[in-house]
Amino acid sequence: MDNTVLHVADVHKSFAGLHALSDIDLSVKEGETHAIIGPNGAGKSTLLNVCIGRLKPDTGHVVFDGENLTGRAPHEINQLGVVRVFQTPEIFPDLNLLENVMVPILAKRDGSFKLRWFRRFWSEVDVRKKATDILEDLGLGPQIQSLATSLSRGDKRRLELAMGLAQEPRLLLLDEPTAGMARHDTNATIDLLKKIKASGMTKVIIEHDMHVVFSLADRISVLAGGRIICQGTPEEVKNDPRVKEAYLGEEQV
Amino acid sequence: MDAILLQILNGLDKGGAYALIALGLTLTFGTLGVVNFAHGALFMLGAFCAVSLNQLLTLSTKVKDESITFFDAFKEVPILEAKFPTWGPIIVDYSVPLSIIVAIPVMLLIGWIMERGLIRHFYKRAHADQILVTFGLAIVLQEIIKHFYGANPIPQLAPAAVATSANIGAWFGLGDNIVYPWWRLIYLAFALLVIGAAFAFLRFTTFGMVVRAGMQDRETVGLLGIDIERRFTIVFALAAVCAGLAGVMYTPILPPDYHIGMDFLVLSFVVVVVGGMGSLGGAVAAGFLLGILQSFASMTEVKSIIPGIDQIIIYLVAVVVLLTMPRGLMGRKGVMED
Amino acid sequence: MFKFSAASDWMLFLLFSAVVLTMPIWLAPIGANYPDLMQRFAIFGLFAIGFNLLFGLTGYLSFGHAAFLGVGSYTAVWSFKLLTMNVLPAIGLAILTAGLFALVIGFVSLRRSGIYFSILTLAFAQMSYNLAYSVLTPITNGESGLQLTLSDPRVIDTAMGEVVGRSLPSTNLFGIKMSGMPGFYFCAVVLIIGFFISLRIFRSPFGTMLRAIKSNQTRMSYTGFNTRPYLLAVFVISGMYAGLAGGLMAVTDPLAGAERMQWTASGEVVLMTILGGAGTLIGPVLGAGIIKYFENIFSAYNTTQLNQVFAALPDGLQEIMVSVASMFVGKSWHLTLGLMFVIVVIFLPGGIMEGVRRIGGLFRRGQKSPESASAAAASTTQA
Repeated sequence: MDNTVLHVADVHKSFAGLHALSDIDLSVKEGETHAIIGPNGAGKSTLLNVCIGRLKPDTGHVVFDGENLTGRAPHEINQLGVVRVFQTPEIFPDLNLLENVMVPILAKRDGSFKLRWFRRFWSEVDVRKKATDILEDLGLGPQIQSLATSLSRGDKRRLELAMGLAQEPRLLLLDEPTAGMARHDTNATIDLLKKIKASGMTKVIIEHDMHVVFSLADRISVLAGGRIICQGTPEEVKNDPRVKEAYLGEEQV
Repeated sequence: MDAILLQILNGLDKGGAYALIALGLTLTFGTLGVVNFAHGALFMLGAFCAVSLNQLLTLSTKVKDESITFFDAFKEVPILEAKFPTWGPIIVDYSVPLSIIVAIPVMLLIGWIMERGLIRHFYKRAHADQILVTFGLAIVLQEIIKHFYGANPIPQLAPAAVATSANIGAWFGLGDNIVYPWWRLIYLAFALLVIGAAFAFLRFTTFGMVVRAGMQDRETVGLLGIDIERRFTIVFALAAVCAGLAGVMYTPILPPDYHIGMDFLVLSFVVVVVGGMGSLGGAVAAGFLLGILQSFASMTEVKSIIPGIDQIIIYLVAVVVLLTMPRGLMGRKGVMED
Repeated sequence: MFKFSAASDWMLFLLFSAVVLTMPIWLAPIGANYPDLMQRFAIFGLFAIGFNLLFGLTGYLSFGHAAFLGVGSYTAVWSFKLLTMNVLPAIGLAILTAGLFALVIGFVSLRRSGIYFSILTLAFAQMSYNLAYSVLTPITNGESGLQLTLSDPRVIDTAMGEVVGRSLPSTNLFGIKMSGMPGFYFCAVVLIIGFFISLRIFRSPFGTMLRAIKSNQTRMSYTGFNTRPYLLAVFVISGMYAGLAGGLMAVTDPLAGAERMQWTASGEVVLMTILGGAGTLIGPVLGAGIIKYFENIFSAYNTTQLNQVFAALPDGLQEIMVSVASMFVGKSWHLTLGLMFVIVVIFLPGGIMEGVRRIGGLFRRGQKSPESASAAAASTTQA
């Protein structure tokens, strides 16, 4: 337990009597990539929403690095270093790409509120440099001056990833980072995530695509019917009969 | 005790008008997703339907005044009364109720034109744009009315038979102190009737079912292949009729002027928000509730305790409700969520 | 390489200052160079600039901004009555009081967004308006409005040994009377300062955060920002601008009435802002100027003048034209205003600045002048 960063303990959540999550116990260790898989409706997104404060669990709690996250406002959780990349791209459509990435950097640097109305935004040279680097890394370099709304869907997702990475999070939560992407883009994203993995950032990935999961994850939790039915390394999970029954049966690996 | 009963009646009356306007407002919002700041103008147009009919019926001609015999004197008499001395005066007397018959087609037409010509193009625009364009339209409509009818209120009379007051107290053996104008009682009954009719229409007809389904989930209904657009036009026209009828019947209570619509609109919006955006029951309940609260607040006893409360009570309630119950009293989840 | 370089902003600022200060010259050909009207241009320009900081940057549509204008006016007049006829304390107090009001109203109203926010601000403004007419009469002097009297204490002026004569004293800036052209130049300088602050806010990290909130508020909180203090800050700043405008109104004419707080007055500033172009720097000032100019022209016309205008037409046609035209002028000027509102929202949602940008784009593609840069700002801040 010594190097556990995120600890989800005994979490229950139900909507109108329907159990979305029950008895969830989950530990994510420092530096590991933890994948959460499961069939549709298994409660994956609910779990992620509980982790970032969008939903409040009925019982149990989520602890990140000794801080209890349950019931905290989203911005407080972000300021602790927990950053989520959404499934449907959540960007600032009316700002240009550079601004889209500079804003999160400023959030990390200046905290949740700082009234700086006299300084020029573009005079933040360091921030601009950092944002440009990240965007170029992700192959969005040529478009940094265009509005985010003009991007293709794939590029929007990449931009969101850039926004998340720009904050240098201590824990990155990725919600289906490759959903809806063409195979070519998926592979590019996997390569990118591998690169981040090498940097030692802790990640939780929710993913449907087995290819992605097995090429990235150190450990996997399988969610079915709102419960974790199996936890372990990719090899262990692959060979677990319960998992095959619940999930892998429908999608051949 | 008597005073309280009278205030409740007063409040119900006012509430009836609020409820009728708010009903149409929340209906257009719930189905069409449009925030219509010109809805108050529809109330005003209804009221001026009554004014117009009255002016039409009382178009005068000069006839010889028989009471003066020394010389040939003339006096102004409505043509109708001059030509048809038996039933002419009766028609003039009943001009306000008769206006209902005129107002229904007129308001349907106005509603139809407004939806087809303007509102339709704003379904997909931001709420701020909808507010702005309908606000502009409301100004245009009221200025047109001001141009033709002047800026002063134009009093309308209730039919002579009901221009007196009813001794309600005596009906229930509560003494002779509860006396209330007949017309106001009729207004209340009328408001309840229209509200009831609107609810029955939405509940028991296929059309109403589609509209209610549309309020729940517009996209799905559209996907079912139902021509939702055409129904939107009808819904809007019906909302216009509700507001217009409320306006017609209110004329003997409050002489209409060109900005009566704006006055009622602001209050009706508060009513809709308190009731919960998109909730029909909420709009009606909040309408009556706020009407009664306002009446109580304007009692001298209350005003002496909290000065000025009568001026702000409705807004105060709105602020409290919005802060404690974000969706209003009966608002559904998912409608205009923050 | 960046669109909003510091140099181009300074150019814009200098250009703006020059245009404002030379108003008496270039407005002469259209007969609008008299102080009273130019003062109104400046005052409503400030009001619109302030409103635009809130609406243009964050998209929060306040329908109660006139309340702050009214509060500013009342405060300024009280300052004239109790303290001194010098305008600086009056202006300062007007800004302060309006800011305090905005803090309270904003704190409550900003708990909701979208149409609920609009209704809440509207409710507060209506409350202020109704109260100003009823129980607050000792402060507001009800329907007759708050005015100066000969018996006002004016403690500072009295202490300085100034003696009130038989006529009411006039507002002044250390002895310079604030009526006529000096009054205009005072308002113009305040407008230029107001514009400068607005420019800085637009280009600052604060301004960018506000635009990001407009673009996607939920995302802002997941990005680690507490959005409410940002919104409250800009709401208060915006209210202070309105208070300043109200104070200036009292400076040019020391009288305050509750009708300034009515919600139609709030609607007017909305119109000015969107007519010029919400979210642009120059648009709101332009919108305010155009509306006040046309109000001046249109409301001055009467039937006799219309008859002269259409005198060349045949008799029957002349009568028709006059009766049609009379719907749009004089006391019915609001009809024109309403039509403008509708037409702008339908055909030019980005306002005049959007139109300028489109035309500019047709002529010189790629090139960027200060004007087109600020217009481009419009395109990036429009939702």
